[in-house]
Amino acid sequence: MNESLLRELVPAVIGVLVRRGADFASAEDAVQEALIRALRVWPDDPPRDPKAWLVAAAWHKFVDAARAEASRRGREVAVQVEPPAGPAPETDDTLRLYFLCAHPALAPASAVALTLRAVGGLTTRQIASAYLVPEATMAQRISRAKRRIDGEPLDRPGDLATVLRVLYLVFNEGYSGDVDLAAEAIRLTRQLAALTDAPEVAGLLALMLLHHARRASRTGPGGRLVPLGSQDRTLWDTALIAEGVAILQAALARDQLGQYQAQAAIAALHADARTPESTDWVQIVEWYDELLPLSGDSPVVRLNRAVAVGEADGPRAGLAALSHVDPDVPRHAAAAAYLHERAGDAERAAELYAAAARLATSVPERDHLTREAARVRHP
Amino acid sequence: MKYLLLKHYRGGPTPVEDYPPMDQWAPDEVDAHIQYMRDFANKLQQSGEFVDERALTAEGAFVRHDGEGRPPVTDGPFAETKDLIAGWMIIDVASWDRAVELAGELSAAPGHRGRPVREWLEVRPLFSESFNATE
Repeated sequence: MNESLLRELVPAVIGVLVRRGADFASAEDAVQEALIRALRVWPDDPPRDPKAWLVAAAWHKFVDAARAEASRRGREVAVQVEPPAGPAPETDDTLRLYFLCAHPALAPASAVALTLRAVGGLTTRQIASAYLVPEATMAQRISRAKRRIDGEPLDRPGDLATVLRVLYLVFNEGYSGDVDLAAEAIRLTRQLAALTDAPEVAGLLALMLLHHARRASRTGPGGRLVPLGSQDRTLWDTALIAEGVAILQAALARDQLGQYQAQAAIAALHADARTPESTDWVQIVEWYDELLPLSGDSPVVRLNRAVAVGEADGPRAGLAALSHVDPDVPRHAAAAAYLHERAGDAERAAELYAAAARLATSVPERDHLTREAARVRHP
Repeated sequence: MKYLLLKHYRGGPTPVEDYPPMDQWAPDEVDAHIQYMRDFANKLQQSGEFVDERALTAEGAFVRHDGEGRPPVTDGPFAETKDLIAGWMIIDVASWDRAVELAGELSAAPGHRGRPVREWLEVRPLFSESFNATE
């Protein structure tokens, strides 16, 4: 059984149940139960028509739940037990589900969880394991999210920017538990790109592909973090890079620049360099200049721009650019350390790397920065 | 029986080894230390004794309720003298002796100039969550 094929069916099946009169929250629960059953039953007994199987199984779950609820309240069953005959009208249910699950009323962590379940077709257990929380906690997060958007119509377009933010959050989570969230984010963004023609969706997809292409080179022996400048570029996935660049170029040609396209352009310039020395830093700085207003003058973008300026115009220029960045921005100390090292001030660089290690937010990052301090002190 | 192996940034009995902070070690010494920790956790996973492991940053504050309608009071950042937890590992082992044996092994991680760090680790039995079904 191809699990990803099964998962692709989930949003469409939710759509079918909703069009038959189920509310979104109950339909989504019923499909999740049918999905768990399919994962158990299909390996030994694959269905002829997977979608019809899922629709039938989910509909039965829905009717059972509605009956149980009605009997709990001492009322008659109000739902039709037999589904209406005839083919279901083909509408863009999947796209509408992206919007609903990334509804602006939802906290990011809730929108992420709901998107992974209702659009991604992951089980609660898989999502919980990916985010290292107990399954019961994740189940509650999802049902609270559904209550929060209760009554929101499924037939209205939403805010694409929040959908893209949710997908980017999923991508950044990377790989933990038994689900490859980066790959899942790419799958969901690919699917979204097929449903819409917004250049920023293409921009986000290109950005993900270009980052993903470098994944094998990003960790060294013992899980050690390897920064861009030290990565073994022969490990980069050239097919993914080519695809990312082609998607980006088509998006840029439409002349509606957005922050994901600009970030992808920077990633493409890195991907294009066969050696760190051949990186076109001047053009990267130009892209940061484009990105800055698009990002709402993000201090993180300012920080990254300062590092790029340090490469294009020398470490002194980079430190001058960095002096205009709020020192409380994450990784400020790490960027300052790098620029001071390049400027030849090893002592200051080591102190800053050690300070950056104390401020690190992940164990691999802390270990990397500690090692950088050690490296600078032991030339 | 589950036990908590608690690692401290500072606090606890007087350290027996006097070594500089890790960022002043040689890079190879840093790598060897990190690899030892990783191998230790992997070994306990293989033996079926590993439960959980988390590291804590040195940041944070004490917080307490300050009465109805008032925001909580915070006391932080932590004083330099405070006993500060750095992280923990939870293990599920047959006996106290096994927990002590493993803590001793973890404390033997190589440090500056390749010598074992011999840091103090706090070993604490966890309360069981259920009482005996035959009581």
